[in-house]
Amino acid sequence: MSAVTYTLRDSSTMLRRDLRRLLRYPSMTLMLVGMPIVFLLLFVYVFGGQLSHGLGSGLAGGHAGRAGYLNYVTPGILLMTVAAAVQGTAIVVAMDMTRGLTDRFRTMAIARAAVLTGHVLASLIQTLASIAIVLGVAVALGFRPTADPLHWLAAAGVLMLFGFALIWLATALGLAAKSVETASNTPMFLTLLPFLGSGFVPASTMPAGLRQFAEYQPFTAVTETVRGLLTGTHIGTHAIAAIAWSIGIALVSYLWAVRLYTHRQPI
Amino acid sequence: MNDTRPPAIVATGLTKTFGETAVLDDVDFTVAEGTVFALLGPNGAGKTTIVRILSTLISADSGEVRVAGHDVSSEPDAVRAAIGVTGQFSAVDELLTGEENLRLMADLNHLGRAAGRSRIAELLERFELVDAARRSVATYSGGMRRRLDLAMTLVGSPRLIFLDEPTTGLDPRSRRTMWDSIRALVAGGVTIFLTTQYLDEADHLADEIAVLDHGRIVAEGTPGELKRRIPGGHVRLQFTAPHALGAAASLLDAASRDEDKLLLQVSSDGSVASLRRMLEQLDDAGIEVKELSIHTPDLDDVFFAVTGHPTTETAALT
Repeated sequence: MSAVTYTLRDSSTMLRRDLRRLLRYPSMTLMLVGMPIVFLLLFVYVFGGQLSHGLGSGLAGGHAGRAGYLNYVTPGILLMTVAAAVQGTAIVVAMDMTRGLTDRFRTMAIARAAVLTGHVLASLIQTLASIAIVLGVAVALGFRPTADPLHWLAAAGVLMLFGFALIWLATALGLAAKSVETASNTPMFLTLLPFLGSGFVPASTMPAGLRQFAEYQPFTAVTETVRGLLTGTHIGTHAIAAIAWSIGIALVSYLWAVRLYTHRQPI
Repeated sequence: MNDTRPPAIVATGLTKTFGETAVLDDVDFTVAEGTVFALLGPNGAGKTTIVRILSTLISADSGEVRVAGHDVSSEPDAVRAAIGVTGQFSAVDELLTGEENLRLMADLNHLGRAAGRSRIAELLERFELVDAARRSVATYSGGMRRRLDLAMTLVGSPRLIFLDEPTTGLDPRSRRTMWDSIRALVAGGVTIFLTTQYLDEADHLADEIAVLDHGRIVAEGTPGELKRRIPGGHVRLQFTAPHALGAAASLLDAASRDEDKLLLQVSSDGSVASLRRMLEQLDDAGIEVKELSIHTPDLDDVFFAVTGHPTTETAALT
């Protein structure tokens, strides 16, 4: 068999293992998908009535009040779902690292890429499942997207590309962490970024300084793109920015992760 | 031993520094094919660092290492294909069952379906894990984890196995089981590179022992050769009265005496013949001994003999 065949075979072995682990440890997935659902309920039912007044014309699809805010906030919640799901990636990677399993794999004649590829593909599947669950809850609450199938596909594509980038970032953070606890904490800032962007309220309502940060950070570009694709708001240059950010983060994180994996020194 | 076969491991001039600390300082050793080589030393001596270099996990700052005939820095994959590593912490997947862990190793070793299945069954049997095979590893005891860990290392039938402190933290029974497993491997022609903190372990298992201290090999030889260099064996006699202590001290070749505690320490190899001779001497002189204890040489004695300082000093290095 050639090197490529071995890489594919080893990667699929690792993917099977990672998926089996996800099924054995459902509490982690539930916890990670539960957080964005709690925020969705909190923001729609507790803050939604009041926030919708301030948003006015910012609301999508011509809906007013709480229903309008649900349409506005759901893309932000979906981004939060992605950010929460990749915390699981960092935890799983760090568990292998600290329990010596990574070292075992590294002393075996297996394709170098296989171990990380397995983690990343499993996380991508987990992230996709999380998005589906949260979206299902949003629709059940009354989220009414205007997208046609093509726009749906595009929105899913943008979310998955961004998810892929954050998964590599979380993989690198997990490899860099000295303990599982650190690994579960470091990617937590990602779940805050939808707040410091246009996830919950428009960036234009924020004070100077914070506003500039909110307007130019990657979560805003992705939120606005997904929001536009699903609910028909204006996208503009956000789509290009979303894709550029995703590719950039994925590339840098990938190189960082591979470097950590191959050259990790003890202590 | 067949001298025409190339050695399993040759390390020359190995050095490694972490930050300011020199962890390995010009280490040389050779491990003959089909033998057990034990690296003996306290925590922080550099044992794990050597294992990590030999098993391609980290690179040395300088020096040359050939493992199974291949250079570790230029042909790491050839080295990896020949070795198996069982580290200090059980590298098992806690969320999977014992059988699934072995299955994972079989798949990564590219054993076919049938070959993998029979190898797994054989290893479960050999390491007494048949009953626990379908249970999550999270429920395993420490000894079971170590056995599964070793079984996972053996799935690919490596010819050279690294065991980094395989019995540290195990209860005496699990320790014996591990020793038996190691002996069985050696009988099958496998070369073992073992690190340990315990002299008795090296003594029981190794053909050749190297004593590591502060990143240097301070003594090397067979267990017999090494023990002959240790003057640590002695008998300790406890008396009830000072005059008995004095009489015994003048009669026997006493190494040291403690007047307050009425203790006398006499050099001895611990053999029955020498003990009988000593007790007869005491009996003939009518000296009453309250208590007798035999002290056999341990790692502390080895260290004291070859380095002039006890192991506790070096333990602070970790």
